Amino acid sequence: MDTDQERLKSFTRRALLMGGLKAVFLTALAARLGWLQLFQAGKYETLAENNRITVRLIPPVRGTIHDRMGRMMAENEQNFMVQIVPEQTEDLEQSLQRLSQIMPLRPTEMQAVLRRARQQPSFVPVEVIDHLSWEQVAAIEVNLPDLPGISINVGQRRFYPEGPMTAHVVGYVASVNKDEVGDDPVLKLPGFRIGKTGLERKYDLALRGTPGTSRVEVNVSGRTVRDLEKIEGTQGVKLDLTLDLELQKQVQAILLPEKSASAVVMDVATGAIYAMNSNPSFDPNLFTTGISQDNWQSFMGDEARPLSNKCVSGQYPPGSTFKMVTALAGLEAGVITANTVVYCPGHYDLGKHRFHCWKRGGHGTVDITQALAQSCDTFFYHAAREIGIDRIAAMANRMGYAQSLGIELEEERTGIMPSQSWKMGALGKRWEPGETIVASIGQGYTLATPLQLAVMTARIVNGGRAVKPWMIAAMDGQKTQAASQQWGSLNIDPVYLDMVKRGMDACVLEPTGTAHGSAIKDLSMSMGGKTGTAQVKRITMQERNEGLTKQEDQPWRFRHHALFVGYAPVYAPRYACAVVVEHGGSGSAAAAPMGRDILTAVQKINPAGIAFQTPPAPITKDTAKEP
Amino acid sequence: MFRARNTLTLRDEAQRMSVMGRLSGMPWFLVVLIIILACVGFTALYSAAGGNLEPWALQQMIRFLPGLAMLLFVAMTDIKWIYFAAYPFWVICVILLVIVEVAGVIGMGAQRWLDLGVINLQPSDLAKVGVVMALARYYHAIGFERAKKLKSLFVPALIVLIPVGLIVLQPDLGTAIMIVMIGAAMVFLAGAPWWLFAGGIGAVAGLVPVAYTLLHDYQKKRVLTFLNPESDPLGAGYHITQSKIAIGSGGFSGKGFLEGSQAHLNFLPEKHTDFVFTLLAEEWGFLGGVVLLTLFALIFYQGYAIAFRARNTFGRLLALGLITNYAIYIVINIGMVTGLMPVVGEPLPLISYGGTAMISNLFAFGLIMAVAVNRYSTLPRS
Repeated sequence: MDTDQERLKSFTRRALLMGGLKAVFLTALAARLGWLQLFQAGKYETLAENNRITVRLIPPVRGTIHDRMGRMMAENEQNFMVQIVPEQTEDLEQSLQRLSQIMPLRPTEMQAVLRRARQQPSFVPVEVIDHLSWEQVAAIEVNLPDLPGISINVGQRRFYPEGPMTAHVVGYVASVNKDEVGDDPVLKLPGFRIGKTGLERKYDLALRGTPGTSRVEVNVSGRTVRDLEKIEGTQGVKLDLTLDLELQKQVQAILLPEKSASAVVMDVATGAIYAMNSNPSFDPNLFTTGISQDNWQSFMGDEARPLSNKCVSGQYPPGSTFKMVTALAGLEAGVITANTVVYCPGHYDLGKHRFHCWKRGGHGTVDITQALAQSCDTFFYHAAREIGIDRIAAMANRMGYAQSLGIELEEERTGIMPSQSWKMGALGKRWEPGETIVASIGQGYTLATPLQLAVMTARIVNGGRAVKPWMIAAMDGQKTQAASQQWGSLNIDPVYLDMVKRGMDACVLEPTGTAHGSAIKDLSMSMGGKTGTAQVKRITMQERNEGLTKQEDQPWRFRHHALFVGYAPVYAPRYACAVVVEHGGSGSAAAAPMGRDILTAVQKINPAGIAFQTPPAPITKDTAKEP
Repeated sequence: MFRARNTLTLRDEAQRMSVMGRLSGMPWFLVVLIIILACVGFTALYSAAGGNLEPWALQQMIRFLPGLAMLLFVAMTDIKWIYFAAYPFWVICVILLVIVEVAGVIGMGAQRWLDLGVINLQPSDLAKVGVVMALARYYHAIGFERAKKLKSLFVPALIVLIPVGLIVLQPDLGTAIMIVMIGAAMVFLAGAPWWLFAGGIGAVAGLVPVAYTLLHDYQKKRVLTFLNPESDPLGAGYHITQSKIAIGSGGFSGKGFLEGSQAHLNFLPEKHTDFVFTLLAEEWGFLGGVVLLTLFALIFYQGYAIAFRARNTFGRLLALGLITNYAIYIVINIGMVTGLMPVVGEPLPLISYGGTAMISNLFAFGLIMAVAVNRYSTLPRS
């Protein structure tokens, strides 16, 4: 009995100890629950909400681009695409086979769908093919009952109704590259496109708009359980340009006969661009759907560079169109006056070097007006020696050379205007006097874009105001700053500008002028201008002696560039244009007729709304010569 | 209160042993507690299926009813038969463990199941009960004086370590450790020297680093993840992190029945088995959790009351061993889902979905109740 009592006591003691342990553990668990559910509830509620709710981006609609009349240049159209939800099919591959009987699918496309379907949860739709035509949509819609899991989805796609006509200005959009993705989540949306060139690139952020968001409840695998809230995004900014689509079309047609040419038409008073064409062009719609390798290769292999906007990124020696700059620099320096005359024997000697005038026999005695009208090189050779390169370069800079003019295109290049310091900096060599001679007629190191040449012309004929080119008139209906910009003075004596303009007037209007053949018949719309023929390759002594200077005998890429800058109407200029025909031979033969046609076209469309009048008296040799 | 009553007449004895007598001796309050607990389980499984009886709640109910009948049948059994069945039952358990080793179905990277056609049997569940029964019988038979002696530890060691060894081979370290713990508790209750346990705890503490090196990689990872679950938020720590989020976001009064976002959006893994407590705590909050813990406390108390009232050593040890087994399950499961203990993959008994666990738990409670029904019986030491 004693052992039983002892045993009972021992058992009771130990059992109570173990019961106590259980009580301690249960209390610890209750305390843990209290800690998690009472003291840390807030933290965990947030975490649970983060788990539960996902914010999805709704891609915004891209802003549209219009010409000055509101005509569409870049718009968004519906993009029909076929999607397949793998979990809704019995057999994904079989479903695709059935689909391909209605709409042919390449084996590689099918493989791509199968691969993507394997990589993502089976409830996530896989895009099979997009950019369907109406006929294809109809054919699939009719057969939908036999195509489980397949649906047609409508998205947006960029469309350029004018295609090649506006390709260089408007640019194009294409898929986001890996290195462009960055932090912005909207760029990760499937099928999202961003601007790659032209205005699409420059204004990409504004055109994109802001994405909407939809808050959805998701389960652990990301499947949407229900929609909670949807906030619509806002469409991107609408751009209204100064460009005139009709003029753009006509200029394109004018440039078309040449292998490679570009032209800019602008308002000399405001700087508004009315037309900007680069030929040959390309269809920007090829890029929105993803350009094929073949197309890309053919673009890249073309020596006429169809993808490049040559108006702003083509850099050419300005040739004789530069002579206005030399003339102005000479006038301002007092080297040239109204009475300055030079005898041109057809060449100019500096030390041992002989510099030829383009006219072998020479121009005889010429003053500044005739030097510009007949494009006498010798006159400018003489003047240049006294002016010096630095004063020529300073004037060139005032006229818009060797700088970015701030056009709304990132493709814009600056060109080159050499000076003593430029040469030392760029080449580490001292300036040679002979180089001034060459530079005075726009050869040598000097390079300018067609846009710069148009701006130069505008600045000469607008009374010496520092006009700059622009083409965005309004964003979302709000007038841009450029549209109401008042341009300051370049501080050039109006008398000098007038003398230069007379030379340019005479270049077209007088029978001796190099562009006389391209004079506009309608006197109320007549133009002034200047031709230029820029050497691409140095003419060797041997060629000169053998008479092998004929352009037609040279391969295309060695022929001279043909240039023309002009303005109209001649008595009160409002429109300026610059035409560059790459390897076109001669400015007066190839470029000036185009300048005539372009200036006629812009005056007929008359975007600035000016009044035309028959000039009070026809401009003759006598009146032109008056000081 | 715990004084043994020695002055019993034969008539009293006969009356107690009649069916009516047994029914009146039944701890009905405990039966009610178990039914309540099972019902809590049914609602949890109904919620886990997103408000559906299928696939879990209905199955569980269908299993519970015969289980309850078995419980009552076991409870009415004369404790002599249970006493005699203790060793054979242990032997059967060991044989089943051997069979599972040879022919078991691999589940979750370990051989744990025997596919019996009707039911997937997990012999390690039964083995816990078997070990408790065998130890209770052994200590009842040898008497208190011998129980205090060191050499009496030999047979209990075999009783515990043979099944433990087989379970470690599966490998299922969690269950093996639980059986060792139950065995130790039984030996302690039976009267083995105090210093043995003090030394044992010290030895275990010293051996932990050694044992750690012997663990499987996934087990090591579990330990490390337990110590810092946020270190591996998408791997093994993910479950515990999500479980804590679910419990914590339940707050004081919970998100409401069928409203647990963590559970219903599947952020919570295994919500019908190991993480069923998390689901309950998310939907019913701190209040629900404390009510559930109180239910467990009441069950423990009932188990202790039965053990203290029992007049034979076998019954006392059996009831306390089984209730301790039950308590270890609960503490490990809730400790795991609240991030207090490593993930060992043990279900919450009587609530989690699962056939064998339900059957073996109801069987264990049947045995506890049999101790209550037979509390006046004196067993011979043979």
